[in-house]
Amino acid sequence: MDSLIVAVVHRTLVAGTPLLLGTLGEIVTERAGILNLGVEGMMAVGAVSAFTTTFVTGSILLGVLVAIAAGTFLSLIHAFVSVTLKANQVVSGLALVMFGLGLSGLWGKSFIGTPLPTRVHDLKIPLLGNVPYIGKMFFHQDPFLYVAVILGVVFWFGLAHTRCGIVIRSVGESPAASESQGINVSLVQYLSTMIGGALAGLAGAHLSLSYSRAWAEGMTGGRGWIVIALTIFALWNPLRAYLGAFLFGGIFVLQYLLQPLGIPPNILGMLPYLITLMVLVIAVIGKDARRHAAPAMLGEPYLGGEG
Amino acid sequence: MNWRVKVERRVSYPRFFPTVVLLFSLLGGFVLIGLLFLISHVNPLFALWKIFSGSFGSLYGITETITKAIPLILIGSGLALVFRAKFWNIGAEGQLLIGAIFAGYVALNLGPKLPFYVIVPLMFVAGFIGGALWALPTVILKLRLNVNEVISTLMLNYIAAELLNFLITGPWKGKTQMGFPYTDDFPHSAVLSVVPGTRIHLVTLCLALLFAFALFIMVYYTRFGYELRVTGDNPDAARYAGIDFMKVTLIMMIISGGVAGIAGVGEVAGIHHHLSYPSSISSGYGYTAIIVAWLAKLNPLLTILSGLFFAGIVVGGDAIQVSLGLPAATVQIFNGILLFSLIMGDYFLNHRVKLVVREAP
Repeated sequence: MDSLIVAVVHRTLVAGTPLLLGTLGEIVTERAGILNLGVEGMMAVGAVSAFTTTFVTGSILLGVLVAIAAGTFLSLIHAFVSVTLKANQVVSGLALVMFGLGLSGLWGKSFIGTPLPTRVHDLKIPLLGNVPYIGKMFFHQDPFLYVAVILGVVFWFGLAHTRCGIVIRSVGESPAASESQGINVSLVQYLSTMIGGALAGLAGAHLSLSYSRAWAEGMTGGRGWIVIALTIFALWNPLRAYLGAFLFGGIFVLQYLLQPLGIPPNILGMLPYLITLMVLVIAVIGKDARRHAAPAMLGEPYLGGEG
Repeated sequence: MNWRVKVERRVSYPRFFPTVVLLFSLLGGFVLIGLLFLISHVNPLFALWKIFSGSFGSLYGITETITKAIPLILIGSGLALVFRAKFWNIGAEGQLLIGAIFAGYVALNLGPKLPFYVIVPLMFVAGFIGGALWALPTVILKLRLNVNEVISTLMLNYIAAELLNFLITGPWKGKTQMGFPYTDDFPHSAVLSVVPGTRIHLVTLCLALLFAFALFIMVYYTRFGYELRVTGDNPDAARYAGIDFMKVTLIMMIISGGVAGIAGVGEVAGIHHHLSYPSSISSGYGYTAIIVAWLAKLNPLLTILSGLFFAGIVVGGDAIQVSLGLPAATVQIFNGILLFSLIMGDYFLNHRVKLVVREAP
């Protein structure tokens, strides 16, 4: 029983990692007022690019870097369309999902079903990793998890307490006021969107290199959309993102736990999506909190300078 | 010599200008698609020729294109309606599947007992109700609980697909299908007749054209259409004018979900004659129809043209899968690129971009 609990917690954290990475990125993007619905596409391209790169070169690090670059590149398209061309951000995000899913399918076609020749080893933290139970659950873990957890703290601190974070938030709240303060609104929005893309790419790399160690078409399985929901659930606060991401990590694990009970797998497969809906409803219970938390100009193109 | 880009807002433009911009956007999109072929070591002109000769170049191609245009026109005209009110229904894929499930229930349970002239209308009504029911919760969630409709409609797509998978592998699994994950074949009375030698199921085609026309009238010539457009263009004005958001949104989503459900009925009763995997019932029609609606400039009547166009791309995409060995996902790339180029085109519709060259002093 003990070992089962340890395994469940361990796996929950791993399953929550791509969600945490994606959500953190989307939080930064949305804080700057840009709604990027294309996470699912960026994640898919991140996953396939990481897998193919690592498969060919044997280097995990190279795979991760290529995934980050690919995610960033895709987010640049969205930034160009929504910031420079001031187009509809919902439609641009949808186009990005179609493009990304399609591109990943084309790119990864010849890699379907081939296992990764190398693996991402769990990293044991000295001393802490030796603590019974706790060590195995939290400190002998997937390196991606450490990165995600550290980034969460960094982003929280950055957004709340640094000048850089204040600039990002003010652009999302009032681009006109920011501009009059001498802030280059477009530049901030471009960079914030790119951070979102980079993290979505990294999340994809985790899926294909560590989580399933394989590439399959559609392997992101709606995680990109769950990320969008989690961003709202987190009220655009990186610390609350931990809660949402690991809750969903737990739900992905729960699917496997409940299978032996004879519940049909397709019914269990509905769980993450049903709970996403529930989570969005719960996020509304503190309706006022949510109204204050949402960046005021989220998804609205800034038409400044045009008169 | 130095140069800079000068951007001005376009105040007015001639009547034909939007069409010109649209055509140029499509052209630009195809240039980008061509570049993609070039990277994949495929001659782009050859590939594009293969796509369009595959879909419009033969009688067989044309009939297949019309067959695939049926769901695209149906769903696209419904989406044109809701997108006008800026309600982002991305859930047509799920609404289509639920429509198919409802039709399947009617066909399998009542089909053997009733004649076709009862069963066929019953299936379409059931499909409409199914699609509409699947769309309704998102309206309540959005207007009462402020839940983003993009996510709720999308989540319902995944849930609908899992539900269908559950039915065909579980309780509804056919006893006559030798273990395949299909329901039993629909009885004769529940099979839609087709134009001989093709897969065009006429009833659904007529319904598609009818809906495109009726919704066109609705958007442009009725009070409801006016309320719909005001709700989208200027919600504050709409609130001030006393427009009932709940009523407008409910009605339009019932229609949008319902027509997607009808598209699902057409696919299963017209083509497959049983329920099977979600990806075989719909090759992403619910998503492709988003671009169909956008290309039609959210005019339901024009979705007939844009639906045919994108059906051509779907059919041509199948053709190049065979002849060039490209995966099915390639069509999705086309869709993404074309949608990007369409929204980029809108920028040039509203802005004049000039390259100003000056001699250095």
